Amino acid sequence: MHDTNLVLGGKDFTSRLIVGTGKYSTNEIMRQAHEESGAEIVTVAVRRVSLPGKGESILDFIDTKRFTLLPNTAGCYTADEAVRTAYLAREAGLGEMVKLEVIGDARTLFPDVQGLLEATKTLAREGFVVMPYTNDDPIIAKRLEDAGAACVMPLGAPIGSGLGIRNPYNIKIILETVSVPVIVDAGVGTASDAAIAMELGCDGVLMNTAIAGARDAVAMARAMRLAVEAGRLASKAGRIGKKLYATASSPLEGLPDWTS
Amino acid sequence: MKITVNGREMEVADGLSVEALLAHLAVKREFTAVAVNREITPKASYASVALRDGDRVEIVRPMGGG
Repeated sequence: MHDTNLVLGGKDFTSRLIVGTGKYSTNEIMRQAHEESGAEIVTVAVRRVSLPGKGESILDFIDTKRFTLLPNTAGCYTADEAVRTAYLAREAGLGEMVKLEVIGDARTLFPDVQGLLEATKTLAREGFVVMPYTNDDPIIAKRLEDAGAACVMPLGAPIGSGLGIRNPYNIKIILETVSVPVIVDAGVGTASDAAIAMELGCDGVLMNTAIAGARDAVAMARAMRLAVEAGRLASKAGRIGKKLYATASSPLEGLPDWTS
Repeated sequence: MKITVNGREMEVADGLSVEALLAHLAVKREFTAVAVNREITPKASYASVALRDGDRVEIVRPMGGG
């Protein structure tokens, strides 16, 4: 079946899985997991360099000609901090795309949607390709789209929780509410969670911990690639309706007569 | 003079440029950005920006994250 690409900021991506670079046991495992995931976009944090500037860098394990680096604003609790981080990332040469996070609370890491909306407006106006990590709230999703977001990225569940898609109905409503791509970001625990997101009709899935924290990260990366592809295909194929009672798959006519 | 780099106070030569500071600290240039007192220093200005006593310098790079 022919499929369209995921388009973000005018760039085409064939993979609909975006993966992180955090929490891997080793950089080499990360490199292999990226390879198996089939992802074309990998997220990175922007942090202080260790001084003096020596030691291994994740960038030694990412082919930046092949992978698009997507800087995040993780750890920012205000719109101002997030905007400054995005500018720093752009100045560092990481491009215009930004995974925008404005965190509201350390325990849940839920987004502060007021700050998020404000930062989205500012950065979109400045030419950034803004990819906001948001709540599974259709109203906010619409406002983010109106503010110039290139996509909306509702959480499936809290970051790193592995609880899966806790409110598929809201995700469905978001899909009907906005016309920009919808990418589920955070909450995925295992392959079926990613498949569910895609079956709902989402345009992509972003995850880090589900792969990096798995016992075998490289195998899980492959599982996630297959799940995203399977979910996408199923969504496009159009599933059957759900019914309470059985409908026979075999013809009712032509049964042999076994009566004595 | 004293400046603070990534939260660490250090003694450096008066009027040190951002360029010289990066060289002194052996910081890789690729995908690196610098801010002085919360303002981003464009790469093109590294050699011409002279640091002053009490400046707070942030040097950042991509690290692992989700």
